[in-house]
Amino acid sequence: MSVGEYIRESQIWKSVFRHPAPYDRRNRAVVMLTNFFLHLHPVSVQQGGIGLSYTWCMGGVTFFLFLVETLTGVLLMFYYRPTLEWAFTDIRALRDVTTLGIMREIHRWGAHAMVITVWLHMYRVFLTGSYKPPREFNWVIGVLLLVLTLLLSFTGYLLPWDQLAIWAITVGSNMARAHPVLGHEGPGFQLLNIGGYDIITNASDARFLLLGARNVGEETLNRFYILHCVAIPLVVSLLIAIHFWRVRKDGGISQPL
Amino acid sequence: MEAHPDLTRGVVQGLGWLYLVMFAMNFVWTVRSFRRDGEFESLLGFKHLPKAFVWAIYTGTLMIFAAVHLTLRTSDASAFVLKLPEWFKLSVDWLIADPVKYFAASIVLFVLMLVLRRWWTKPTPAWILLNLSLLFLGFSMTDYDFRQIVGKPDNVPIVGMLFLTGFFTWLYFRQAVENDDRAAAGRPVKEKELSQQVLVWPDLVYTELVCMVLLTALLVVWGVALQAPLEEPGSSVKTPNPSKAPWYFLGLQEMLVYYDPWMAGVVLPLIIIAGLMAIPYIDFNQKGNGYYCYNDRKFAVVTFLFGFLPLWVAMIILGTFIRGPNWNMFGVYEYWDVHKLEVLNNVNLSDWFWLDIMDRSLPKPDATASLLAQTGTILTREWLGIVLTLAYLIVLPPLMAVTVFRNYYVRMGFVRYIVLANLLLFMAALPLKMVLRWVFHLKYIVAIPEWFFNI
Repeated sequence: MSVGEYIRESQIWKSVFRHPAPYDRRNRAVVMLTNFFLHLHPVSVQQGGIGLSYTWCMGGVTFFLFLVETLTGVLLMFYYRPTLEWAFTDIRALRDVTTLGIMREIHRWGAHAMVITVWLHMYRVFLTGSYKPPREFNWVIGVLLLVLTLLLSFTGYLLPWDQLAIWAITVGSNMARAHPVLGHEGPGFQLLNIGGYDIITNASDARFLLLGARNVGEETLNRFYILHCVAIPLVVSLLIAIHFWRVRKDGGISQPL
Repeated sequence: MEAHPDLTRGVVQGLGWLYLVMFAMNFVWTVRSFRRDGEFESLLGFKHLPKAFVWAIYTGTLMIFAAVHLTLRTSDASAFVLKLPEWFKLSVDWLIADPVKYFAASIVLFVLMLVLRRWWTKPTPAWILLNLSLLFLGFSMTDYDFRQIVGKPDNVPIVGMLFLTGFFTWLYFRQAVENDDRAAAGRPVKEKELSQQVLVWPDLVYTELVCMVLLTALLVVWGVALQAPLEEPGSSVKTPNPSKAPWYFLGLQEMLVYYDPWMAGVVLPLIIIAGLMAIPYIDFNQKGNGYYCYNDRKFAVVTFLFGFLPLWVAMIILGTFIRGPNWNMFGVYEYWDVHKLEVLNNVNLSDWFWLDIMDRSLPKPDATASLLAQTGTILTREWLGIVLTLAYLIVLPPLMAVTVFRNYYVRMGFVRYIVLANLLLFMAALPLKMVLRWVFHLKYIVAIPEWFFNI
């Protein structure tokens, strides 16, 4: 009995993996059904549906990048402190002195790549007409995931607290000031008033809600940190789960009818 | 040494590696060409010359390029002669540093892409285009200002996005053209031929594994090679000029030139999101589900491509590489001069109506009058713009329903059609306002600064 066989026959191995090794056709089907990570997939697919020139692999790449971002993000959270005192210095230390400071590079480039791949995934889904019935609703969830990907990237952009960060967020969040009715420089904000006193001011409008203050400051850093590390990832995880579940329920990867 | 050298030792070395990679790529291509492309009947008096001969000469030139760059020993790189000629820089900048020419060029490219889809999806033209774009990038790197803007760490992904978008657009058209031909010949589409079932283990999970390994390697190499940007510590008193949003929002920031923030920053983005979500519900065409095609769903594809390529990607390029200090446009080879002046004397529609046509001053709301009277004065002042805007949104949809979209209206029904018509009109609102700005120097169609309501 070889060592490999000895391990695979042991009680420990068998308790972890609920199936024999996928060497034969039967067990290659069984492995897909009994493994938690693999059961996301069907047992078999149409050959044309998994060709790279058809799928471009962009949805899978986007998901993988999301996992990379989660992993590197958690590691960065051990190091980075979201306060005015430390935010910038921590990032600079990641660049200059910290072991595995490259996590920040991977996190940033992965984030840019994820924005691009999510666009390309949508591009492919549109061009193959895969949003057509019965997959309409999954396309809608996909659009939400696209928006959330952009928001994830946008909220993360502030965290290094350098000139690039705070001014990009200032320019971006200034738009909220002009929100119709809800921004204090938006059309119709005077409509919301009590006895002539405006409810919408620069301390109560949509921009204030986003920034937690009148300007990009410490409150904003805290707010964006929570959004970036907790709130949006939770929503994205839920929507990804639904997205994948719907891919299976709606008939798998789209193919000609 | 000068402060802004066009060429440094590092740049020359980097270009050497680029040309070496291009040499390797084209070496493989020459072999492929020799096997497949056949020969010229007669070229320059030689009979039966293989077509690969041309590629061989080109590949050899690249090798010489690479060797010359990589073996540069002289300490003064500025004496190096392989630079981009001045006339080329000037003509490129002439074309792109002007909103009208830039937008016109992007539309021309878009139309050419559609019309010539059979030509440029063939392997040889596509390979030539790839080589040209790489040469353009390589040669442009010999320019200091180009390197400043394109070599910024956060801008590198955009260059990657451009090549990826180009590649996947090519891949789409290639498969779409093939399937269109198959449909015309009455044969099933390519995807249909591969309809037998295969097991996910190993066929799919191994692909996924390879993808994950390659991506991880790519991210690590990218992370080692290029440091993430970190500028000075943030300061709310030192406003950078220009102040730019993150790159993926620069298309939206570009709209700010033509629309006020409430439109460009809130209403239009929300309409883009809502419009994307509405696509499956307004596209009643049942063809083209699950395979690549063009002819079966021309309208949907052209509209989407128009939104994605000229109105989104091209605007991001404009916002990233061409918008400089004071949001002026600069050529990619041009120095970002903060003192560059561009004369802006745009006028509102109401100015034009009251001052030029009626030859009198604008009606001015009396601050002491009642709210109703003030509103009346403002509406009188802006009546023409308001009427035009309402006509655009209310009169045009039914008008289109009985003319150009007659077929669609009948097949879609009222609600679907109205949604489609409004989305199209909002999509057209950006290029329309651009043209109005350029031709008539129009600032606002409706200008009510009193209510922060400018269109």
